[in-house]
Amino acid sequence: MLISMNWVQDFVDLSGLDLDALIHRFTLSTAEVEDIFHKGSDFHKVVAGRILSVEKHPDSQKLHLLKVDSGSGVADCVCGAPNVREGMVVPFACAGGRVAGQEIRTAKVAGYPSEGMCCSEAELGISADHSGLMELPEGTRPGTDIRDLFAVEDVVFEVDNKSLTNRPDLWGHYGIAREFAALTGRPLRPLETADTARYAGLPAVPIEVEDREHCLRYTGLRVDNVTVQVSPINMRIRLFYCGSRAINLLTDLTNYLMLEMGQPMHAFDARRVDRIEVRRFDRPFSFRTLDGVDRAIEEDTLMICSGGEPMAIAGVMGGESSMTMDDTTSLLLESANFDGVSVRKTSTRLGLRTDASIRYEKVLDPEMTADAIGRYLLLLTAADPGVRVASRLSDVRVRGYDEIEIAFDQAYVDRYTGIAITGDRIECTLTALGFGVKREADGFTVTVPSWRRTKDVTIKADVIEEITRIYGYDNFELQTTLSPLRPVMDSAGRTADRETKNLLADKFGLHEVHSYIWCDAARFREIGVAVEDNVSLVNSIAPDHKVLRNSLIPTLLTMIQENRSFSDHFGIFEIARVVEGRRSDGSCDEHKKLGIVLYSRGREEKDLFYEMKDMLTVLAAVQKNRALTFLRTETPDHAWQHPRNTARIALDGETIGFMSVLHPNVKNQIDRKAAVLMAEWDMDRFAACSAAALDYREPSRYPGIDADLTLLTGRGIPFSALQAVWKEQSAAGLRQVRLLDIYEGGDGRDSVTLRLTFSSDERTMTREEVQQVMDELIRRFEEKGFQLKR
Amino acid sequence: MTMELNIEKIRQDFLQELEKAASVADFEQLKVRYLGKKGRVTGLFKDLKDVEAQAKKAVGQKINTLKEKVEELIADGAEQCRQREERRLVEEAEVYDFTRPAAAGQGSLHPITVVQREVEAVFAGMGFTIEDYVEITDEYHCFEALNIPKHHPARDMQDTYFLDNGQVLKTHTSAAQNAIMRKYGAPLRAIFPGRCFRNEATDACHENTFFQMEGIMIDTNISIANLIYFMKTMLSEVFHQEVSVRLRPGFFPFVEPGFELDIQCLICGGEGCPTCKQSGWLELCPCGMIHPHVLEYGGIDPEKYTGFAFGLGLTRLAMMKYGIRDIRVLNSGNLKALSQFTVR
Repeated sequence: MLISMNWVQDFVDLSGLDLDALIHRFTLSTAEVEDIFHKGSDFHKVVAGRILSVEKHPDSQKLHLLKVDSGSGVADCVCGAPNVREGMVVPFACAGGRVAGQEIRTAKVAGYPSEGMCCSEAELGISADHSGLMELPEGTRPGTDIRDLFAVEDVVFEVDNKSLTNRPDLWGHYGIAREFAALTGRPLRPLETADTARYAGLPAVPIEVEDREHCLRYTGLRVDNVTVQVSPINMRIRLFYCGSRAINLLTDLTNYLMLEMGQPMHAFDARRVDRIEVRRFDRPFSFRTLDGVDRAIEEDTLMICSGGEPMAIAGVMGGESSMTMDDTTSLLLESANFDGVSVRKTSTRLGLRTDASIRYEKVLDPEMTADAIGRYLLLLTAADPGVRVASRLSDVRVRGYDEIEIAFDQAYVDRYTGIAITGDRIECTLTALGFGVKREADGFTVTVPSWRRTKDVTIKADVIEEITRIYGYDNFELQTTLSPLRPVMDSAGRTADRETKNLLADKFGLHEVHSYIWCDAARFREIGVAVEDNVSLVNSIAPDHKVLRNSLIPTLLTMIQENRSFSDHFGIFEIARVVEGRRSDGSCDEHKKLGIVLYSRGREEKDLFYEMKDMLTVLAAVQKNRALTFLRTETPDHAWQHPRNTARIALDGETIGFMSVLHPNVKNQIDRKAAVLMAEWDMDRFAACSAAALDYREPSRYPGIDADLTLLTGRGIPFSALQAVWKEQSAAGLRQVRLLDIYEGGDGRDSVTLRLTFSSDERTMTREEVQQVMDELIRRFEEKGFQLKR
Repeated sequence: MTMELNIEKIRQDFLQELEKAASVADFEQLKVRYLGKKGRVTGLFKDLKDVEAQAKKAVGQKINTLKEKVEELIADGAEQCRQREERRLVEEAEVYDFTRPAAAGQGSLHPITVVQREVEAVFAGMGFTIEDYVEITDEYHCFEALNIPKHHPARDMQDTYFLDNGQVLKTHTSAAQNAIMRKYGAPLRAIFPGRCFRNEATDACHENTFFQMEGIMIDTNISIANLIYFMKTMLSEVFHQEVSVRLRPGFFPFVEPGFELDIQCLICGGEGCPTCKQSGWLELCPCGMIHPHVLEYGGIDPEKYTGFAFGLGLTRLAMMKYGIRDIRVLNSGNLKALSQFTVR
């Protein structure tokens, strides 16, 4: 919203103060100022000029050669304006001067010298009208500085609308002026209005509020005998500076009042509207608004009607059929208060946000409707003294907001602020902002003014804000707290996240990624992954982002595909949340998961498989001191998992996730020549598993003996079958068995080489002793069908 | 042969053989042959028992002298030989290439992780508990418990994603406030980083999925002066330099008073530059005194306790820290960008 400081100064005297500095304080105490414009500040040698003579340019249809009396001499001027005529007084920018950012120089125009420029309103920067020269009153003395004739000079600032959301009172200049009054300690002038009470004897405008829920108040007045059509120049300049467009006096005044008081108003042509009904319809219909657009009005939309016919969308926009025209002489003025939620819904539904609807959304003060009409009448009479009021002030009050009284004491303010603000200062600030203040000892009882009690100020803490923002947060002394400090330990969950990420990145060289919580259906299709049924978004603006993911893996696979050119061999991981359907109460079954995908064009799938398994084993070993159990399954949960090479992973007896080779269906979509391995587990379950105590053993003081052994096994026989031989039955002195090598022989048999370490805590074991144990082990291997390779 | 002659013969033989010894192994052999258990010098000592008593001492001395001489010469020779050998090893050694590029293989952490850890460390040092919270919540926790009633414009502003089971994706980390107040009660100081979602179109500056970090501190006498102090102290740590902060009124239904906190632009130092849009200040984090209703919803008596809350945009901090211009990079999985974040 744009604020004119000239306008503000109608209500508070800021003379002698630095306006820019004040506007800066406004940012810190009230609302964010986005920009400051110094209007008309660069005007130089722009004066009233009388056109002494007009001659047609010999070679041009449009141009004229003028002699202009600029008060300090007669200047030649080449002018293209269509409305130029002899005797006219116009704004004239002399050579060597400046107007609205433009330097004026003596120049030859179309072969003739021109020593200045006759200006339109647009060229002066005071309106958008560039249809012709601006015409000044006939008696204006040539040479009069234009800045002395009307208010082109102004400081205008733009406030961020978002920062005014909670302040309905700041949507007009009067409310802004009140802030400046409080900030500067200067008095706020009362708002002058016409005395409408004197028309009490006139007939009322028939007003019927049928919808008493969404209309809080409706005030109307009929005025006849309007003759003036164009608004006074200073009013038009203010409207233009504040972003509004001058149309005609009656309409301009409604806009002016809205910008001044924050009260939206509407002027109906009394030929079309002589009575008012505020109601809703039980059917949809079409309605043409005053911008000439036919709009589909849904049932239940609050409308202003006259004789049953819709005339305006309440709080949003008037209709074309009843708007004031150039020939309007009688008007019916609306100043009403509608329910903010209802107006917002209507304007959202119609996609039509207007200056009025934006204000109503903020929940306006219903007390100001009558004053706004009184003010309108005052300004209208000043501009058009012949107008005649034709009705009494007709006012239907449905309801207002309750008075609010808030009590607090000095100690509360001291505790909440942490600094000492005196009682006098508190009283002074609140009074300046319009609060009623009663003091008794250290206690305050304040009444909230009507313009702040619609939603904004209701409790003690709200009053604190009023006191502190005017006091200025820059003036606060900083203070630490006296709260006791306790050591903070990381939770198991956060420790697990951190350690897991560090290991994967630092030890295994993987890259952490972030992705989205939903499935990207289009990307999934590209790699041949079906979106599995799950809880879905109902209002996503992207049609492909609808279903929430139940696993991290498919998204990570799309990333693998997109990164194929990154490297021949890489891995990515993410710790993030997925939804595994609904819980019994209908809520999302949300889980934090770790997902890992490895990709390689250089290595065999089998090698990558064992690489993944080693990696997972290390994650568990380092953090939990536990071995993972891999339980192969031929019925995987997802279609993208390999039906033969998928295993559920269990930690301390509980299943936490899976490890899987990518199904060729999907893998071939990503990269026919590559190998892709995946693993996923539940981080909460992983974190919840306690770490096994470390079982430290003093190393034996006696040397150990290593014995190597190569066994022949059938292809496909799992290592665990070999392991069973020494696990099921103990062997004296056997401390460790390491797998040295597996050689895949051409005869369909594998040669598995093991290194067995023997030692004793009591003595040095002899070769003979060890050999005996070995012989026994070999016998047991052979019993199970594993032959010793000799 | 007399003992003397025999001693002389062994000395001569030894010196001859010493001449020929060329390797450490040769010297080892020599040592065995002369000084070993069955060595020739050792043999002389055995023969000494046959020497008549009065000559024994003199002969014994001679043998001893010989033994010492042999030991010394072998040791010296072996040492020289070892040194020669080591010199040769050094001289013949291949010179390796220190300039050859190191094999890659470093992994990377996501920039959000890196920045989040930095910020967490600052708060942990000031006694804040760090909490994890769900991403899917309900309207009560996301709005009502934060003093944002139905039909409040703030709900429209936040472009909430709704789910078909009636739940919502959390639009801000504040959604965790209620649960955390109920979990710990007062006094309390906690931060809760998390991922948030807004249903809006994405471009270089807008993401529908981003990270925030919320913090709250509640005790019997928490004041606005405390809030300003904590924010200034924490942000100075986060940015590794003294920062100037200023507070402006800001409207958020869950705080009263509410503020927008600006920091003096770190790029221009407040002079005005394109980053701060010439204002000298950067809007950084909304904060405020926790609204009494919010405390009440959280089961904390607002007459007894007060508190402050703040929200930091982690995504925005990461972008500022690394000069990431396109926000979409963060969720893209593009390793050409993400793999660069190898340093903590």
